Amino acid sequence: MIFKVFGLLLFVFSQASLATVKIENWQTPQGTRVYFVRTPALPMVDIRLTFDAGSARDEAKFGLAALTSALLGSGSGDWSADEVATRFESVGATFSSGVSEDMAWLSMRSLTDKTLFDKALATFQVVLNRPAFNDSDFQREKNLTLAGLKHREESPGALASIAFHKALYNDHPYAHPEEGFLQTVGEFTVNDLKTFYKKYYVSANAIVVIVGDLSREQAEHVAQSLLHDLPVGEKPAEIPPVTMPTQASTQHIEFPSTQTHVLSGLPGTYRKDPDYFSLYVGNYILGGGSLVSKLFDEVREKRGLAYSASSQFAPLYRQGPFTIGLQTRNDQTAKAVEVMNATLHDFIDKGPTDAELTAAKQNITGGFAMRIDNNSKLTDYITMMGFYQMPLDYLDVFQSKVEAVSAEEIKSAFQRRVRPELLQTVTVGGK
Amino acid sequence: MNYRLAAPMLLCLVLPAHAENGKVHEHIFSNGLKVLVKEDHRAPVVVSQVWYKVGSSYEPGGITGISHMLEHMMFKGTKLYPAGEFSRIIAENGGQENAFTGSDYTAYFQTLEKSRLEISFKLESDRMRNLDLKAEELVKELQVVTEERRMRTDDQPRAKTQEQFNAVAFANSPYKNPVIGWPSDIANYKVEDLQAWYQLWYAPNNATLVVVGDVDAEQTIQLAEKYFAGLQPSSIKPLKPQDEIEQKGVKKLTIKAPAKLPFLMLGYKTPVLKTAQPTWEAYALEVLSGILDGGNSARLPARLIRGKEIAVSASAGYDMSARMSELFMLEATPAEGHSVYELEYALKDEVQQLQTDLVSSEELQRIKAQVLAKDVYQKDSNFYQAMELGMLETVGIGWQKADEYVKNINQVTAEQVREVAQKYLNEDRLTVAYLDPQPITEAPKPAKLQGGHHDF
Repeated sequence: MIFKVFGLLLFVFSQASLATVKIENWQTPQGTRVYFVRTPALPMVDIRLTFDAGSARDEAKFGLAALTSALLGSGSGDWSADEVATRFESVGATFSSGVSEDMAWLSMRSLTDKTLFDKALATFQVVLNRPAFNDSDFQREKNLTLAGLKHREESPGALASIAFHKALYNDHPYAHPEEGFLQTVGEFTVNDLKTFYKKYYVSANAIVVIVGDLSREQAEHVAQSLLHDLPVGEKPAEIPPVTMPTQASTQHIEFPSTQTHVLSGLPGTYRKDPDYFSLYVGNYILGGGSLVSKLFDEVREKRGLAYSASSQFAPLYRQGPFTIGLQTRNDQTAKAVEVMNATLHDFIDKGPTDAELTAAKQNITGGFAMRIDNNSKLTDYITMMGFYQMPLDYLDVFQSKVEAVSAEEIKSAFQRRVRPELLQTVTVGGK
Repeated sequence: MNYRLAAPMLLCLVLPAHAENGKVHEHIFSNGLKVLVKEDHRAPVVVSQVWYKVGSSYEPGGITGISHMLEHMMFKGTKLYPAGEFSRIIAENGGQENAFTGSDYTAYFQTLEKSRLEISFKLESDRMRNLDLKAEELVKELQVVTEERRMRTDDQPRAKTQEQFNAVAFANSPYKNPVIGWPSDIANYKVEDLQAWYQLWYAPNNATLVVVGDVDAEQTIQLAEKYFAGLQPSSIKPLKPQDEIEQKGVKKLTIKAPAKLPFLMLGYKTPVLKTAQPTWEAYALEVLSGILDGGNSARLPARLIRGKEIAVSASAGYDMSARMSELFMLEATPAEGHSVYELEYALKDEVQQLQTDLVSSEELQRIKAQVLAKDVYQKDSNFYQAMELGMLETVGIGWQKADEYVKNINQVTAEQVREVAQKYLNEDRLTVAYLDPQPITEAPKPAKLQGGHHDF
């Protein structure tokens, strides 16, 4: 009996060690950082290149980073957009590109069977290094973006988000939507894209993440073959610090919808913020824990005022937005906002109870294994760690950092960082 | 919390490295509950899903959407675990949970670290038979569902178009009703209606328990037995077939809504895997869907978005794993300077080419390569693997069909694709909807701004 129990414990420990992630890290001769995790269980690989070339690099040309990214995968080298797509898809590979505020990325997923993978990789290499930026591709992608921007105007939620970011960030690079505006995108020329690409899509400004069934040697070859033709270039200047709003504001945008969308918040936390874990754990209690948070309980469970009511911190290089959001029938907006504010103020004043804090820690640490249980999630996490240059043991110490947070630290962090007198509130809806 | 899966289903290929990975263990308890377990040892996690054979296509008039309403009420507690306890316990165990309702199923799931699976079984087995439905909880949750409907349908021009489209396309099939229900039905549910619906369908002999993850199959079945095997079965009457009558000619409708872009939907009545005679027709329709929209090199993006540049979006959709005959859908947004009618003509031109010319061997090869690759990619997600098994079982196809998918797709010929195009994608089986954008009355601009801003 004793032996059996002992054996069981050993088994648990050995499994736990399998759950930790071994990240291999090196630099290419051009200075690009490469992060590699070998996951041999499935014959596939995810490769993601990420550049510091997100919408925060748009300057006055709002939407330029996004449109530049959208052109990648169109005509490349001697191939048309059709030929690029056919080359990837004929071997079952998928390719995508996109931007966020801070990042621009190109991703490929492929089988690791040599014949299939070699063709996919060769295509990826050309797509990255030799985008044609020909005029017909440019006009078409621009028109697709303009149509998307018009479509956005049908959505009260999207309009709320645009006004909300503007209220939080004013003239900071985080203030405008990634896709830009009809006016700004309408004025782009193909040369704008070429200039942006040349400046930002360079080795010194890139990281590579590889997760999948490759050997270290193969992974080195992948990184090298993708990047050796890319100019070294240089890292762009740091994104400027965020200036906090000086007082609260509320604005309403009239829209013919049956619900009013409410967003409230302020510039919140950033990736290397010493308060990050206090804010993260605190927010789980306030509005992050999807079916169990205070906001969910007060707004939805107790009063039936909304389908969703939540809060989140979106950490970026600089302070990303802290956002509380809900949607409710137009005529009960005032009531929902009142409940939302009362819940927030109460939490800021009192902080969490010990029971709430324990429950939050149990959820976050108890569910840690699910954060990294497949290749997709690993690729996302390692991209974040590599891009923001977080310590490589970030995942290893994540749970102990969560455990170390005290109720007092959460209260203090919220009182310093989520100041109600600076909250920016936007409502979009009908009467 | 309702959606229908648009993605094609994919199979489970046994990988040589882990023979046990990928094998499905099936066990049926004497009360009728079917348990499916698939071991996947890549990470120390497990997903557990309980699928009930009930959804909006089971609902009679007057209570449409009640399956979805009941899904919400399933979080409102039992005698043993009162309102809020279920979610609190799952959360404190690090779990993620939710539920979803479709036309043909209602499912509940938890994702947990592997040692906590028992908690899921304990709670799910309790609420399978012991839900404590309370009128005062229903009053609040009715408002939540009404808000959900506003958010998902009423304020979304395209979702509204889709809802009207289904209502017109189907004459008598229950697929004419929205999963979330019609507004006046939602407003008038009584707690007795929910009680009756719960009694009717929530029983072990109407459910499938699916577990995928880092578990031992035999031990998992034993653990399930401990919690589920003692539950009483119900007597469940077979559903009336409600087969859709034959359509005789094209149907057209227009939906006006505040919107910025027009939108076009075409739907052809087609059989699905369960109803196709012979079965290969469903696989041929699946391949046809891939020819049109299986990736960025497929015909709709290559010819209509690029090529003619007549569309800014264009997609094809076919859900072969529905319980009853469905629609083969084409949806598109015209590019600036083009009308929905021009785009409709262009889409029909694509259909006509499929009816007259054989698709190329390169196109068929591409689809087969994609199917093989996706089959591996989907295994990156335990959740997806469980979902596939649960859905196939619940709609009555049987989970074993997953294993035949790649083989059956590989056997589809160019001639068969042309044959199903001729047989099913014709005018007499077609419904067309146009979204006619109405002005968003006031130009969206800040009406009122209080308080100051930033330091400049």
